[in-house]
Amino acid sequence: MEEKEKRRAHPYIPNSVPEIKEELLKEIGIESAEDIFGQIPEHLRLKRPLNIPKAITSEYELKKHVTDLLSKNKNCEEYLNFLGGGCWQHYVPAVCKTIMERDEFLSAYVGEAFADHGKFQAQFEYASCIGELVDMDMVNTPTYDWAMACATTVRMASRMTGRGKALVAESISPERLSCIKNYAWSATPDIEMVKYDPKTGLLDIDDLKSKLSDDVCVLYMENPNFFGVIESRGQEIADLLHSKGALLSVGVDPLSLGVLEPPAHYGADFACGDVQPMGIPMSYGGGLGGFIATPDEPKFVAEYPSLLFGIAETVEDGEYGFGEVLYERTSYASRDKAKDFLGTMAQLHGIVAGVYMALMGPQGMKELGEGLLQRASYAAKKLSSVKGVKAPLFDSYHFKEFTVNFDGTKKTVAEINKALLDHKIFGGKDLSKDFPKMGQSALFCVTELHSKEDIDMLADALASVVGM
Amino acid sequence: MEDVKLRNFHQAHWNEPIIFELSVPGRRGLIPPAPDEEIKKEAGDAKNLVPKGMFREQPPALPELDQKRVLAHYIHLAQETLGANLCNDISQGTCTMKYNPRINEELAAHPGIASLHPWQDVDTVQGILQMYYEFEEILKEISGMDKFSLHPQGGAHAVYTAASIMRAYHRDRGELDKRREIISAAFTHPCDHAAPATAGFRLIILPPSENGYPSIEAVKAAVSERTAGMFITNPEDTGIYNTEIDQFVKIVHDAGGLCFYDQANANVLLGIARAREAGFDMCHFNIHKTFGTPHGCSGPGLGALGVRDYLAKYLPFPTVEYDGEKYYLDFDRPESVGKIRQFQGPAGVLVRAYAWIRAIGQEYLKEVSEISTINHNYLQKKLQELIPEIDVPYAPGRRRLEEARYCWQKLFEATGISTTDIMRRVGDFGLQHYWTSHHPWVVPEPMTLEPCESYGKEDLDEYAAVLKHIRDEAYSDPEVVKNAPHKCASHKLADESALDDPKRWATTWRAYVKKRGRT
Repeated sequence: MEEKEKRRAHPYIPNSVPEIKEELLKEIGIESAEDIFGQIPEHLRLKRPLNIPKAITSEYELKKHVTDLLSKNKNCEEYLNFLGGGCWQHYVPAVCKTIMERDEFLSAYVGEAFADHGKFQAQFEYASCIGELVDMDMVNTPTYDWAMACATTVRMASRMTGRGKALVAESISPERLSCIKNYAWSATPDIEMVKYDPKTGLLDIDDLKSKLSDDVCVLYMENPNFFGVIESRGQEIADLLHSKGALLSVGVDPLSLGVLEPPAHYGADFACGDVQPMGIPMSYGGGLGGFIATPDEPKFVAEYPSLLFGIAETVEDGEYGFGEVLYERTSYASRDKAKDFLGTMAQLHGIVAGVYMALMGPQGMKELGEGLLQRASYAAKKLSSVKGVKAPLFDSYHFKEFTVNFDGTKKTVAEINKALLDHKIFGGKDLSKDFPKMGQSALFCVTELHSKEDIDMLADALASVVGM
Repeated sequence: MEDVKLRNFHQAHWNEPIIFELSVPGRRGLIPPAPDEEIKKEAGDAKNLVPKGMFREQPPALPELDQKRVLAHYIHLAQETLGANLCNDISQGTCTMKYNPRINEELAAHPGIASLHPWQDVDTVQGILQMYYEFEEILKEISGMDKFSLHPQGGAHAVYTAASIMRAYHRDRGELDKRREIISAAFTHPCDHAAPATAGFRLIILPPSENGYPSIEAVKAAVSERTAGMFITNPEDTGIYNTEIDQFVKIVHDAGGLCFYDQANANVLLGIARAREAGFDMCHFNIHKTFGTPHGCSGPGLGALGVRDYLAKYLPFPTVEYDGEKYYLDFDRPESVGKIRQFQGPAGVLVRAYAWIRAIGQEYLKEVSEISTINHNYLQKKLQELIPEIDVPYAPGRRRLEEARYCWQKLFEATGISTTDIMRRVGDFGLQHYWTSHHPWVVPEPMTLEPCESYGKEDLDEYAAVLKHIRDEAYSDPEVVKNAPHKCASHKLADESALDDPKRWATTWRAYVKKRGRT
C-alpha cells in the first residue's frame, strides 16, 4: 500500500488515481490485476521489473529532454541542403501544417464513413487531385511510399498478364529497386534491368528491345528518372511494350506535372510516385506516402490491394456519402486469398497532399514547375563553371535534380561532401557506390527554396573545396 | 453508473461540396516563390528546358480556390471526423485508441526532425540516431528480442518484413522450395495471413477449439517438412490468453519452422509477459497502438520488428549502430532482405513514440497494462449485467485480458437488430462506430471493444449506458436503430451496391462526373 499512496496519477492514465483503481477492482470483485494475469503460466511471466528509463513526468522536462536530443542534429534550415532523391525539401504551406495537426484527422483511424465522413471526403479529394495531375480516373488511398507503390504496380501487372518477368530501368532509385526485388519476388522472380544510355541518361531503347519477350509483364521506369533526366520517348517505349502484350508503369515526381506531360499522355498504364513533396515535411524520410493511378477499368481495379474510397449518394437528397470500392479484393475481407496485403499506411499524408494541390491549383503547379526547371538549369551551369566539375553529367534535359561529376577534381564525392559541411552545406547524394560507372558523381537537387545566392554559395564553396 | 446521462449529441454536418465544386477560375490559394530574375534570364523560357513534346501545355485541372476557402473546407471536413483525441473511442477494439499527447506533435514539428534529410552525413544526425538506438534498447527489454528494425510503416508492414525474413532464412538453408506453409489461427489478424501469402507462402489456418485458440493436436497435425513457420497473435482479438503458446512454438520449431508473434495486442502485456520467454523468433509492436502515436486516419504508423540474434543479419538495411562514441548507419549487410521502404522508416513516428515511453517510464508502463485489463474487465462486467443478450463466446469463466469479442446474436434473434445496426447507432451518441470483427465472422453478430488505459471510469460507464439504451431501443423502437445514424456527419448510403458496380463506382471526382453525366 505504501507505494500506492506515494504514487501520483499519470496525466495520460485517468484511472491511475489509486482510489478509482481500487473502486474498479472492487466492482470486478478482485484484489488486484494479478488476479487476472495469474492465468498466464508462471514460466511465461516476467518476474522482474523492466529495466527501462524512469518516467519524465513533467511535460516541461520531457520537452526539454527531447528537444535537447533533436538539437544535436544539424537540420536543413541551418544548413543549405542539396539532397533529394525521393525525399525533397520543398515549401510546406501553413494551411497544410494546420490541417495535418488537426486532432480530428491526426487521431482518427478506421471509422466508417458516417462518423468519419470528413476523412473519407478528404481522401476522395486527394485521389481526385492526383487523378488530375496524372490525367487518370482511378487512384488508390496512399501506400507506404513510392517504393511500395511502384513494386505494387509490378505485382498488379503480373496478375493482369499472368506473366512472371519484369523489366526495370536501371535509372531508377536503388532503394526502390531493392523494394521491388523484395516485394515482387513471389510474382516476378525474374527481374531484368534495362540499361540507360551513358551519354544521355535516357532509357536505352535497343537494350529494351533485346530484353522484351512474351513473358514480360511490365517495364517500370521513372520520369524524371533518378538522375533527374526527363525521358522524351515514352510513347515509343509504351508502344514497344504493348506490342508484346506487356504494360508500362511510370514513376513520377508529382511536382513535375504542372510542366511535364503525365505518363498517361504517352501510353503508360500505371502512374505512381510519392506525395511527400506536396506539403509534407521530410522528417528524416518519414514524410512519405505512395500513390498509384490507372485507367478506371475493372481489369485494373480488381488488382489493387489498397483501399479505394468511392463516392455515392446517401439516403438524404443531395448528400454525398462514401464507402469502399470492391472491398472483397482487400486482405481485410479476404485474408490470404486477397490481392496482396493491406494495413496502416500513410493516409494522413494523402490528406495533406490533397490540401496542397487544392492550394496550388493549376497555375501554382505550373509556376512551381517552371521555376524548378529554371533553377536546375542555372545551378548545373553554375556548378560547371567550377574547374574539374561537370554538371550535368548527362547531356539531357533535367527537372529539379541533376548529376554532377567530380572526376576532374581528383577528389571523391565523400571528401567533397565532408568539406562542404564546413560551409554548412549538405552536398549531393554520393552515387559512386550504386552507379560505379558514373565515377565520382553525385545527385544534386534544387527546389523553390533555393535562391540564386544559395546556388552561387554552393558553387563558391565547391570551388574552394576542390581547390582548383 | 446510474447517473450516466446520455449526450444529446450532433456531429458537425456541413453538407460540404466536393472541392472541385468550389472552384472559381483565376482564384489562387498559394503563390510559389519565383526564381530570381537572373536565374530566369540565364535559364530562359521553361518550355525550352523540356524535351520536345514533353511540355504540358494544359496544366492539370486542379481546383482553383482562395486560401481561406481551402482552410475552411478542410476544417469542415476535420469537424466531420471523429478522432480518438476528441471522443470516447473505446469503440475500435484491437486498435488501442490511446490519447495522442499534444506535446509529441510539438516535438515532431521541431526542425531537428521535421527538417532532416535522410541522407545527411551521420555526424549531423547524431540526435535522431541516438533516439533510434535508445528506443530499440527499450523495445528489446520489453520483448526480450535481440535486435529491432524501425523501418516498417505499419503493423502489416512489419508482418510482411517478418515473412521476408522467414523466406531468407529458409532460402539460406536450401529449403525454401520445400518449406512454403505458414500455420496460423482463425482469430489471428488478416495481415498475418495476407502478408506471408504475398511473400509467397501458403496458409494453413486453424479453427479455434472451445477455449478460443487452436488445440495443440491441431498444431501438431498441421506441421510437416513443408512448414516454414507460424504467424500468431496472443491474446487474439478474443482477449483470451493462449496459455499453451510456448508449446505451439516448440512444435513448430521441432518441425524446422520459425515463429512470429503478432503483438498488435501487446498493450496488456507490458512488463507482464514477453515474446522471448514464449520462445518466439520474431515479434512486432504496433507503435501507433501500444506506444501512443497517432493513427493518422490509417498511417503513417510504425511497425517495430524485433528478432532474435540469429535472424538479425536478415533485417532491412541500414541498421542503427553505436560504436561507443558515435551512432552510425550500417549499410553493409549482405544477407539483409533488402529494403522494404525507402530511407530509415517513419522517423517522425519514432520521435513521438520515444517521447511517449519516456513520459510513461518504468514506473507507469506496467500500470498501462494493469489499467487496461482492469478497464476491460470492469466494462465487460457492466455490459453483461446491463444487457442479458450479450454473450462472450469461448472459454467460459476465463477472464479476458484487454478486450473481448462480444456476440449480439441473442438480441438479433429477438429483435432483428444486427450488430451493424447497433454499430451505426452508437455514432448518434458521439461515440466512434465500433469494431465488429475481422472477416470471416467466426463469432456471429460480433462486437470488439478495447477500453485501454486512456479511458476513465466515466467513459466506461457512458459506453455501457449507450449500449444498454440501444438494446432497449431494439425492442421499443427498432426502426430508429435500423435507420441510424441520424445525428452523424452523413447518412447511410442509398445503395451500397454502387461501390461494386464498374458503371457507378468512382474514386475520383472526374470519374464521378463522367459516370453520373454531370458537367
